[in-house]
This record gives sequence, structure tokens and C-alpha cells, in this order.
Amino acid sequence: MREFLLIDWVLTTALVWLLIGLIGVVFQHNFTLISRVLFPLGAAFGLVLAVLALNGIDGSPQVLVLPIGLPDLPFHLRLDALSSFFLFLLGATAAGISIYAAGYIRKGEGTAPGLQCLLYHLFLTSMAFVMLADDGYAFMVAWETMALSSFFLVTSEHRHAEIRRAGYLYLLVAHVGAVGILLSFGVMAGSAGDYTFDAMRDFSTVGIWPTIAFLLALFGFGAKAGLLPLHVWLPEAHPAAPSPVSAMMSGVMLKTAIYGLLRVSFDLLHAQLWWWGALLLLLGLASAIFGAIFSTVQTDMKRLLAYSSIENIGLIFVGFGLTLIFKSFAMPQLAALALVATLYHCLNHAFFKSLLFLCTGSVLHATRERNLGKLGGLIHRMPWVTWLALVGVLASAGLPPLNGFVSEWLLLQSFLFTSGLPQGYLNMLLPLVAGAIALIAALAGFAMVKFFGVVFLGQPREEKLSQAHDAGRLERIGLLWLGIGCLLLGLLPNVVITLLDPVTRLLVGSGLSFAASSHGWWLLAPISEDRASYSPAIFLGSIVVLMPLVYWVVNRSFRRRLKRVPPWDCGFPLQTSRMQDTAEGFGQPIRRIFSPFFKRTREHPSPFDTQPRYRSLVEDPFWYWLYLPIARIVGYGTRIIAFLQQGRIAIYLLYSFVTLLCLLVWTRG
Amino acid sequence: MNPSLIHAIPLSGQVINLCAAIMLLLGFAMLSQRRVLTLINLFMLQGLVLFVSTLIVALTTGQSHLLWSAGLTLILKVFALPYILHRLIRRLSVKWDIETLLNIPTIMLIGIALVVIAFNVAQPISQLSGTITRATIGIALACVLLAFLMLITRSKAVPQVIAFLAMENALFFAATSATYGMPMVVELGIALDVMVGMVILGVFFFQIREQFDSLDIRHMERIRDE
Repeated sequence: MREFLLIDWVLTTALVWLLIGLIGVVFQHNFTLISRVLFPLGAAFGLVLAVLALNGIDGSPQVLVLPIGLPDLPFHLRLDALSSFFLFLLGATAAGISIYAAGYIRKGEGTAPGLQCLLYHLFLTSMAFVMLADDGYAFMVAWETMALSSFFLVTSEHRHAEIRRAGYLYLLVAHVGAVGILLSFGVMAGSAGDYTFDAMRDFSTVGIWPTIAFLLALFGFGAKAGLLPLHVWLPEAHPAAPSPVSAMMSGVMLKTAIYGLLRVSFDLLHAQLWWWGALLLLLGLASAIFGAIFSTVQTDMKRLLAYSSIENIGLIFVGFGLTLIFKSFAMPQLAALALVATLYHCLNHAFFKSLLFLCTGSVLHATRERNLGKLGGLIHRMPWVTWLALVGVLASAGLPPLNGFVSEWLLLQSFLFTSGLPQGYLNMLLPLVAGAIALIAALAGFAMVKFFGVVFLGQPREEKLSQAHDAGRLERIGLLWLGIGCLLLGLLPNVVITLLDPVTRLLVGSGLSFAASSHGWWLLAPISEDRASYSPAIFLGSIVVLMPLVYWVVNRSFRRRLKRVPPWDCGFPLQTSRMQDTAEGFGQPIRRIFSPFFKRTREHPSPFDTQPRYRSLVEDPFWYWLYLPIARIVGYGTRIIAFLQQGRIAIYLLYSFVTLLCLLVWTRG
Repeated sequence: MNPSLIHAIPLSGQVINLCAAIMLLLGFAMLSQRRVLTLINLFMLQGLVLFVSTLIVALTTGQSHLLWSAGLTLILKVFALPYILHRLIRRLSVKWDIETLLNIPTIMLIGIALVVIAFNVAQPISQLSGTITRATIGIALACVLLAFLMLITRSKAVPQVIAFLAMENALFFAATSATYGMPMVVELGIALDVMVGMVILGVFFFQIREQFDSLDIRHMERIRDE
């Protein structure tokens, strides 16, 4: 009996999740067991996984061969720094989401709790296996299990036709993407037919084949991540799913795609070309701009967050592309900086986006409303959710001292060093990209102000909102965990960067640990101190000191003239809650400025209309430019092929006869 | 062919060529035949010719396994299958005229075109082949195509089965003329296949007639996937 290694512990944790799910489905009528024991237990094992993975990051790679699967085709597992980092992300986020789900899950809401427990934990297990897999076969099995279990979670409320439609779209894109990944593995395995990642590392493809493998992987993983032309499923599936599932999908599942592409481009392929990075950079930039602009004009709070996820994935891909560019020009230190920014943003996005999705879940349960136009003023009814949502919103908008700022700042820092690149066009292009990223950050801030302001501030827009209740105790624990995570990740960047060191050393052969450790824990200076530095602790300290001071000064100097009025009434004498600034109104300037991006349909009432109705619909132009033409072509093609099927035996025989004749004549010629 | 070449061919080769010509003639006869009963008799005749040609090839080349093939052909294609078919049509009482999907002269014209194509296609093969029967490859291929054409143009089930069996005959003939036949195991397997196929099709005939009150396969157009 060999020693029980770290990878065995990680595997055990993943299997315990599966076991929890199975127990849930066996005792599916015992609701107390499921919501009070099984989900919290799942959260506890999320923590265990996070701790194990933390240990795994700087350990040496460990491998394990599981004798399951097909005969002569066992599962190969491997735990190295990269997979440990993503397992940490999975475990830490899952801990918060699971404990929240324990309080969130209800009887009679969509899929039965027992089944939901199984699907949810199967989803977790499959994601852990995706990160552990060390051969193409195990990877694809885990990948497809992940897609299927999440599909069933998305269609939890399958009685609504639109949710079924969203689920179908999700499954379709997921499968088309999986084909791309499979083909990419096929190219990398070469003719040897050995699908272990070890064999792919050893097999050096030549000529155009590495590029084909990379592009196929980009297509496949891009479809899962929601990269630009393949993003359409994301704003449909995220609002359709129950909130913990949306949080899990947006926070963690999108990152599995990043993991996969990192694995393929840095670990399995040997040499990278600079234009791969430029391609990623442009696609990521397009996604980020598109997501940011669209999130500002949404009227459904979960759709808003879904578009914001596209934006953040876009930023991650921009960092990824920059890493590839630096790596291909043999600048390991800068590549490490860009990679740290990328990975850091993955972690940050997992925390703050899960937090925000969970907050929308609480709002949804309290008000049964997702439409921003019917919410408002919830700060008085739901203080816990409001304040924690504020943390998530600030992090998402990229404000210091929270975590979103650190990674975006690191990303912009890495752009400042691009002038040293030996490629002329890139030198001209990249400063523009940096400018665009600043624009994206501003738009993201705009969207977050809209989200927070319209949902939680102002006056309640509907009568029923006065009955809203705050999140339950378990839900609060989950939100708090993620909120504190956002704060700590923002306050301790040096700790995180030191932690990321083995990962960047594995992928690009260099690290930032020296820069991180040389100035103490409180000052972050990624390249050198006199160039740029950031100290979140000082930032927080000044906020903590200045805010009460300002409050005190204002309060003191205006004490006698203080007058309480309803919020957001703008000083008008007659103002009802329906007359407040709405989500549409708030997004109007953006809609105007970026109008070429949108496909809009509007109905304006005439001044003499006795029952005026206003309707404005903003749609994704990609549907009309790309997806509907493809659907039409496929439909047309199938009609032609269906014409072949006449149902007459003579015709079918004629087909083989003509084929035979053609083949005969062809071989003769 | 010029006369000097004809004299160069030995007697056995000439007999085989004669057999091949008769095969082709029978193929056309079957293609144009309207009555089921005659069709079966033609099929039997084709089997007999096949037997004779295989026997001659076996005797002149000394390939002993071809003797077995010839015997098998005699038993199966001259006696067993025609007997089964005769019984079938008596039991099903389908001795009526056959309807074809195209009219007979058109089919004959298409058949001639097919023969031209077959000869053209077979030319390089017969140049490669070293057998004494190589001149007949083109004819054998033409017979296959003619049987296939018959399979396509018939709308009743029994003639279709006969067409299928005729195609098998032609394939066998092609195999003998190109390479002195296939290995024994393969030939035994094919013979068994034909037997089993015949039995199964016999069962199907009754089923089809029970369902549609007719053996016209055009009724089966209804069961396609809409």
C-alpha cells in the first residue's frame, strides 16, 4: 500500500461530493436532511478542497491512474500547480455557494430538492475532475458530465418554455464546443493514438498543426467561456438557472474554460506564436466592450450580471493574449505579470460575481421579481443583502481597496510595458487596447451603479416590495464568506501573488514572488517601486479615517438646515415612486452613444393615446448577423437532404446503382 | 477481334465465351420478361450456364475447389432455389404479369448503355488478369449491372428477389472469370447467405401480403419517416 498522497485526498474530496449527491437522491423526501445537513456538508468539503489545493500549488506534480473507464483506457489524473490553483478557486467559491444554497433551496420550486442536490454535487465533482484530468478521454468525460449536469440545473424550472429554450441553446453551444476540444486533442495526440496529456506533451506537432490545435481549442473553450461570437447562450442560461447555479456557472464553470485553454496553449503545445496572443487579445477586447455596453442597457438584473460576466471573461482573455504575446517574444518576466493579472482576475471574478448572483437570488426570493423596473428601495428591507451586494458591486466596478481593482490594475500595468515588444504593429495597437480597457472599466462601473442603485436605493417601485424580507441565516453566511473573500483578496495582493508564483513558473517560466515579497505585505510593486506601486492597506486606512471625518464635518456644518425627504425625489413637489429614474432611463445615454451596437425595437405612444404604452427592446445583433443565417442554412440543407428520402425502394436502389456506376467510371478514368 | 485471334483461343475458352454470351442474353431476357413463371425458368437456365462454365474452368485449370463450387451451384441455383420459388408463387398465387416502373423498350435501351459502360470499365481489369476467362469479365460486370437495373425497375416483391439472386449469379461469374473464384470459405458463406436470405424473404412475402393484400412494394412508400 503506497502512501496517501495529496492527489488522493483531492480525489476523495471530489468523490465525497458525489456521495453527498447520491445520499440526497436516496433520501429525497427528507428535506431537512438535504438542506440542513447535505448542502452544509458540501460547503465544508469545499473548504477542505480549497485547503488541500493551497498545499498542492507549490508541491511537485502528482499523478494517479484510476482503473475506471473503458478496458485498457484508464483515467489518468494529475495534480500540478495550475490545476491546484483552479481547484482552490472551485473549492473556495463552492464553500460559499453551497452554504448559501442550503438556505436558498425550497420545496416545490423547480426540480425536487433531492434531485437538485445530486445534480449540483455532480456538477461540482465533474468540475474537479476536469481540473484533475490528465488524458483527453477523462477530460472529455468530465467536461461532458459538467455540461449535462449544468444543463439539467439550468432547466430546473422546465415548465417555462423560455427556460427550455435557454437550456437547449446552452446544450447546443456546449456540444459544438466540445467537438472543437475533442478535435484539438485529436490533432495534438497525432497519429500515435495515445490520448494521455503526457503523450501530447512529448509529441511535438509541426508546421500548421499546432495552430490548428490551438484554434480548435480556442473555439471549444471559447464557446464554454462565452467569448464573443459564441456568447449568446450566456445571457439566456444565467437568468434561467436558479441563483446558486448561476453563481456556480458564472463564477467557476466559465473558469474551467480558461483552465483548459491555459493547459492547451502553455502545457500541451510547446511553442506559441505571437499572433495567437493578438487574436485572443482582440477577441477578448471585443467581448469585454460588447459585454460592458450590453450590461448597461439590461432591464433584467440577472441578464445584466450575465453580460457583465462576458465583459470579465473578455478582460481575462485580454490578459491571456498578452501573456501569449510576451511568452512568444521570450519576455518571461512580463509574461508572468500578465499571467498573474489573468489568474488573479479569474479568482476575483469567481468571488464577486458569485456574490452578486447570490444577492440577486435573495432579492428574487424576497420579491419574486427580476425586472429592474419593478424593484427599488430594498436597502431598508434587506440590509444584509444590500451591504454585501455593495461589496460585490464595488469589487466588480474595480474600485480600491477591493479585489477587482488589483487585477485590473495589474493588467493595465502589464500593458505599460508593451513598448518593448519587437513587433511594430503590436507596439502601435496595444496602447489603444489599454485605452479601451479603461473605457470598459468605466462602463462596468456604470452598469454596477445602475444595478445597485435601481435595485437597492431610491423608493420601492411596487407595493409588494414592502413585504420583502432579508436573507436567512445560512444565506447570510454564504454571502458573508464571499464578501470577506473579496475584501481579503483586495487587501492582500502580495500573498496572492506569492501563491501564484509556482503557477506562473510552470506556465511561462518566471514569477513575481520577488517583487511581491521585497516590499513587505502592504505594498505591491510588480516591476519596481519607483515605477508603480499600490498599497491597499493605506487606501483602506485613509477611507476608514476620512469617511467618518467627512460625515462629521458635513453633519456639523449643516445640522440646523437638515430636512428629511423621500429618496430620489429630486426636489419636485409631486413625485411618486413610479417617476423615479428607471433602469431604461439610466441606460439611455449609453444606448444613444453606442446605438450602432444594438438592434433596437421601440414603441412610442402618441400624445393622444388614452392608454399609452412604452416598450423598448434591445437585442443582440449577433442573433441576426450570425446565428439566424446559420440556422437558415442548416434548415435549408436539411430540407434538401430530406428530399433524398422518397420512401420508394426503387429510388433507394437507384442511389446505390448510380453510386456504383460513378465509382466504376471514376476508377476507369 | 480479328480472325487470327479467334483461332488462337482454345476450345475450352471458346465454350466459356459462349457461356458468357448466353449469360448476357439471359440477363436481357430476364430484364424484358413480364411473367413470373418464365422469370424463374430463366433464372434456372442462368444457373445451369453458370454451372457449365464453372465446370469447364475447373477442368481446364485443374482448380479442384472450383469443382465444389460448380457442384454447389448446380444444387443450389439449378434445383433448390427455383423449386422454392415455384412453391412460393404457387402458395402466394402470384403468377400474374409483372408491372415494371418503366416500359420495357426503355429498360432495354438503358441496358444496352450499361453493357457499353461495363465493357469500357472492364477493359483495364481484363488486361491485368492472367486467367483464361479474362475476356468474359466485361460480360460478367454487364450482367451484374443488368440485374441491378432489374432490381430497380420491378415493383413486385418476387421479381425483385429473383433480380437479387441473378445479381448474385453474375457476381459469382465475375469472380470465376477474374480470379478463378473466391476462396472456398467465402463461397460457402455466400451460398449459405443466399439460402437464409431466401427463407427470410419467403417469410416476408407472406407478411407483406397480409399487411397490404398485395405484393406490390409501392405500398411500402407509406411507411417512410414523414
